[in-house]
Amino acid sequence: MVETLQLLLPGFLMPLVDWLMRFGEGIFGSLWPDIVTVAWTVIKAMLIVAPLLGAVAYATYAERKVIGWIQVRVGPNRVGPWGLLQPVADGVKVLLKEVIIPAHADKGVYLLAPLFSFAPALLAWAVIPFSDFLVLANVNASLLFVMSVTSVGVYGIILSGWAPNSKYAFFGGMRSAAQMISYEVPMGLALVVVLMVSNSLNLVDIVQGQGRGLFAGMGLKFLSWNWLPLLPIFVVYVISVFAECNRSPFDLTEGESEIIGYHVEYSGMAFAVFQLAEYTAMLMGCTLVSLLFLGGWLSPVSFLPDSFLWLLLKILGVLVLFYWVRATFPRYRYDQVMRLGWKALIPVCLIWLAVVACWMLSPWNIWK
Amino acid sequence: MEFRTFVFYFLAAILVFASLRVVTLRNPVHAALHLVLAFFSASGIWVLLQAEFLAIALILVYVGAVMVLFLFVVMLLDIDLDRLREGFWSYLPLGSIVALLVVAEMGLVLISRYWGVLESEVPQAEAGYSNVQAVGRLLFTEYVYPFELASVVLLVGIVAAVALTLRGKRKSKSVSPSQQVFVKAKDRLRIVQMPAEKGD
Repeated sequence: MVETLQLLLPGFLMPLVDWLMRFGEGIFGSLWPDIVTVAWTVIKAMLIVAPLLGAVAYATYAERKVIGWIQVRVGPNRVGPWGLLQPVADGVKVLLKEVIIPAHADKGVYLLAPLFSFAPALLAWAVIPFSDFLVLANVNASLLFVMSVTSVGVYGIILSGWAPNSKYAFFGGMRSAAQMISYEVPMGLALVVVLMVSNSLNLVDIVQGQGRGLFAGMGLKFLSWNWLPLLPIFVVYVISVFAECNRSPFDLTEGESEIIGYHVEYSGMAFAVFQLAEYTAMLMGCTLVSLLFLGGWLSPVSFLPDSFLWLLLKILGVLVLFYWVRATFPRYRYDQVMRLGWKALIPVCLIWLAVVACWMLSPWNIWK
Repeated sequence: MEFRTFVFYFLAAILVFASLRVVTLRNPVHAALHLVLAFFSASGIWVLLQAEFLAIALILVYVGAVMVLFLFVVMLLDIDLDRLREGFWSYLPLGSIVALLVVAEMGLVLISRYWGVLESEVPQAEAGYSNVQAVGRLLFTEYVYPFELASVVLLVGIVAAVALTLRGKRKSKSVSPSQQVFVKAKDRLRIVQMPAEKGD
């Protein structure tokens, strides 16, 4: 803890930290190190969750603004300067609305379903690194952890489709769950290729591995990132992230025109939690794309320093891509979504997996 | 009590409770959800044993995929609870004998060796040791044939499932998406030139 603080805080605050540590040790004695560990972990978790929720709130605002500009409108501009208080107004509105539980709903499961979709979306952030040392839990198998935790999110959708005892919600839930399970396959295969070339499951190692290579030696680091040598995999992964987050053009789970979606029977805050989960998962997807393929916190050229800000910039860029796609493409039909996943993306992944494996065994291997 | 021991008993209590609920609950969807809870607690215990790969694989495979399919099936079934309960008394004697046998066998194996929580007999790994790497190395060197055999068995299972559900050509009017993709505007649309008519 003290080492991280030394890296982050300005020097004149360090005596204060030292004094606090000695003070605590005087009062609690041998229990103090345990207390410090627990408190420090909670503080770190809060430092991730609080800005994340803020970012989620403003991601909804940014989406409406960006899509507004693309369609030559102004977007929200009434609440606060430039409509900046719009997310606050939305939050207050959903909080004050009544949560109507349908008459023959399974009440416990009905209320559990939003939690099942929101909790995994938050939990995955525990292992996301923001720079070489800014990571809550730097576990060895962090990529596997992210995969397994995000695969739990599908429960929220299935349960919210089943619990209200409504045919429309049930159809929506089934559709959406089938879509998410299908797209987990190409996503997993794409991750297999990434971990093959990085020779690690640790996200910090994966990012640092992208900073080495032929082009990085010439000072053009951005050509050494995974997106260029693994270009087909990068495309497949981005498409799968779109489908996993149920975002346009694969957003047929909440297609407004055919009123059939897993959350049609939810109102008020229960509905808002599903929205929060969707945007958190979307930010997660953007972050993973930035970390796995766009070099994370590495700077694009070597005369600029690596920084957390680069990661933010990359996440923002991928996020804008999400909005841009939503404003541009029409929605896929359901059979087309399934066909794309099983007949186009999975074969591409499998072939490129074999190609990369042969490449790595050949003398022209660039990932040593 | 050491913190590890506390965590173990905590997870174990949840695990036992959830497993009991799986067999006692009437609603099959609730039972399946308790099975999910049991998997989560079991993976927590595996993390305590430093088997993080197994723990994550349990969540990824069983919770993320297998249980989702279970839920699909259970939700789509039209279950009549009264009919399910009909045979309860006639099956009870046989069922209780099997249950007692299982309990006795597990008790004999477990009680003699593990009275209380012992440290894992597996040598403790030093920090930074990657479980995943070790498992992967073993799978692809020493156990490569059993591993490949298992995947062939899975493949046979997939082919069997497809063969069981494929009942000849379906008589649906759906169009082939690959043909739709390659459609050009001129295949569907004909622009007819109409000369303007002269007014009087």
